[in-house]
Amino acid sequence: MTDPVLRLEGIVKTFPGVRALDGVSFSVMPGEVHALMGENGAGKSTLMKVLGGIHQPDEGKIYVGDTPAVMSGPLEAKAKGIVFIHQELSLATELSVAENIYLGELPRSSFGRVDWSELYARTDAILKKLNVGFNARTRVGTLSIANQQMVEIARALTVDAKAVIFDEPTASLTDAEKVVLFDVISDLQASGVGIIYISHRMEEIFKITDRISVLRDGQYQGTVNTADTDEEKVTQMMIGRKLDLSRNAAHHELGKVALEVRGLTCGGMYEDISFQIRRGEVVGFYGLVGAGRTEIAETLFGLRDPSAGQILLDGEEVRISSPTDAIAKGISLVPEDRKGQGLVLGMNCRDNMTLPQVDDLKAGPFVAEGAEVAIFDQYRDKLDIRTPGWKQQVGNLSGGNQQKIVIGKWLSMHPNVLIVDEPTRGIDVGSKSEIHKLLRALAAQGYAVMVISSEMPEVLHVSDRIVAMYSGKIMRTFTSEEVTEDSLIQAISGLGGERAA
Amino acid sequence: MATMTKQNIGNILAKQGILVAFALFIIAFTIANPKFLSVDNMFSVVRSSAILGVMALGVTFVVISGNLDLSVGSMMSFSTIVVLDLHDQIGPLLAIPAMFAMTIALGAFIGFLVGYLKLNSLIVTLGMLSAIHGLTLTYSGGKNMDIADKDGTWFSVFGQGTALGIPVPILIFIALAAVLGLVLGKTAFGRKVYAVGGNGTAATFSGIRRARTVFLCYIMSSACVATAGLIQASRSLGSQNTVGQGLELEVLAAVILGGASLMGGSGTIFKTVVGVLILGFIQNGLLLLGLQFYVQFVVTWVIIILAVWLDIAAKRGRLWSPIA
Repeated sequence: MTDPVLRLEGIVKTFPGVRALDGVSFSVMPGEVHALMGENGAGKSTLMKVLGGIHQPDEGKIYVGDTPAVMSGPLEAKAKGIVFIHQELSLATELSVAENIYLGELPRSSFGRVDWSELYARTDAILKKLNVGFNARTRVGTLSIANQQMVEIARALTVDAKAVIFDEPTASLTDAEKVVLFDVISDLQASGVGIIYISHRMEEIFKITDRISVLRDGQYQGTVNTADTDEEKVTQMMIGRKLDLSRNAAHHELGKVALEVRGLTCGGMYEDISFQIRRGEVVGFYGLVGAGRTEIAETLFGLRDPSAGQILLDGEEVRISSPTDAIAKGISLVPEDRKGQGLVLGMNCRDNMTLPQVDDLKAGPFVAEGAEVAIFDQYRDKLDIRTPGWKQQVGNLSGGNQQKIVIGKWLSMHPNVLIVDEPTRGIDVGSKSEIHKLLRALAAQGYAVMVISSEMPEVLHVSDRIVAMYSGKIMRTFTSEEVTEDSLIQAISGLGGERAA
Repeated sequence: MATMTKQNIGNILAKQGILVAFALFIIAFTIANPKFLSVDNMFSVVRSSAILGVMALGVTFVVISGNLDLSVGSMMSFSTIVVLDLHDQIGPLLAIPAMFAMTIALGAFIGFLVGYLKLNSLIVTLGMLSAIHGLTLTYSGGKNMDIADKDGTWFSVFGQGTALGIPVPILIFIALAAVLGLVLGKTAFGRKVYAVGGNGTAATFSGIRRARTVFLCYIMSSACVATAGLIQASRSLGSQNTVGQGLELEVLAAVILGGASLMGGSGTIFKTVVGVLILGFIQNGLLLLGLQFYVQFVVTWVIIILAVWLDIAAKRGRLWSPIA
């Protein structure tokens, strides 16, 4: 048996009050794709930071090949052949592809001048291997996210990489782009590089990886051969219990139409959108990124002006001029971008949760802090938010708990219409199913719920009806009984949308 | 482990650096000149810091909302000149509200540009620093402004009076700090200021009127400036056109020194008061050491740089880091 390219042995890392990593050991063989899985907060990121030298482990050792290594920082890790492809790209958008790839180590000619011809030649040689549709001189800012990721990967190929770590590489890629990425990964594999692949997406994990290591609450749960296991077993390792993946069958008693939209159009974004949502109903909006779903939600929340069409709340036509106005009319929006739009990360949990109603919670001239704490406690219990207390900064919570704070914030407004946009993006499997259950439970309590999601299992799981959108138009509306995965995919790809329901 | 302790010290320095530096200053000054810690001297520090302090209270709101206000120095000159001129023309009773109205109108204009038109606050207030200076000179015709009958006016009470044995400027500073501390820390408006500065987009998505919140912060700031101008005018009963020149930087230094982040979203009135006092003590200490008054300008700059550095260092948890 060959020696591993990278081996971690008994890594322990503690932060004040948290044992983030507790004796993690695993190894990556040359030519292997090794998945690292775990819920948010399980310690994956911390482990990668230890590997990249951003954190120093309290105990344990890292071996590159068979030599123990101390990583003092990302540059040293790279020099030792450990290369990271980050989920959040770190490229200089105004520079060319070549400059980005060789940033910090540009080839020089006399007097410290950059040797441009050498630079472009070397870069094009690497790009050729990756088989991409751009060249060394392309400005990075003009590339799609997927191509920018290719630039990151090209960067990894400039050194003699022993191990390459991909952190959620497919989060923003289309299916076609994924295929290219997987090709690149198998090329790397063939040349004997060990690969650590971090992802929440099970289908990818089972498609491309050889072994799977699982972390839970900072503890190493074990490594299994991908061929010998299945989604259910891995999920169980990750969350310690089984996952419910069935389709929604139970319908709640429907009340009056809470929200109706007629012929709503916003130039260039979406056109002629008409639908109804009744109390007690969850309507899923499924489509590709850019299909116009988020823009509809933003219009309903007063962030965009429609150019034509009507919005009716409880049968009365309304004009929604601002988020303040939308909130007053009983509309709540759990936005797509949790950190950018949903939360003030530097604020504590309680203040975040009560932010939309801080004007209404009054004790004389001041905010009624007791009432705020009561609201926080109520929704912490209801949503099972795990935090040491309301004083905790939201930025310190895991993704799932952060999302629950956002949901709690809007539930505590007791809206008539609840819009949730990508409610489980970047959230681990366990929290995901909790949030799904919650959305169903809300409908049962008589809320009208609009769910926008790009994940088919999610849409299938929570919706009473599914609206399929393609390129700003509604292609078809399905009930949860008639929908099939095939017909849904056809509808959102712009095919077969004209067929009768 | 050696590296751990080194990191811990770096951590403590990053988080409490200003207080550590301040403690060292105090010890050094006291050894150099025992008078430094005397009650008389401390009193005089607080009194001389009152004008700066009152302005810093208002700027705290602006900074927490994620903006800057560099116009407060020249705005204070404006308030001082206007109230002195109107004192003799329409009497102090009318001059004071008139001056407040004019100063707050300037603040409202800045608030409109930064809040509603969303222009960069650095550019807007830097421009206003110059524009208001021009306005003041146009108003006064470039001449110094003096009250004719300096002995016969009750107007001097704000700057020179005492109550319960405490100088009125100090009382105004304390009272204003208490009130604004409650406004910022306990009211819905204060909460919105933190939210807008912490994450303006999330604040908008929570139904907070971001533009209005920023606008009101500049109103607060200009009202504080007007109060400072009142104290200044009342203390000297006469003034040059440039009385507030350079104060904008000292005010900003005090606010940042207290721990408000230039990125917005953090800081408190209490911290600003601490910042004002630290700045006051350091400047006073330098004078007691026999250094020239002008050394202060350099020291203020050093303090700003130190405070900004420590602010960033505290965020990343160490004094220096290869990644921002």
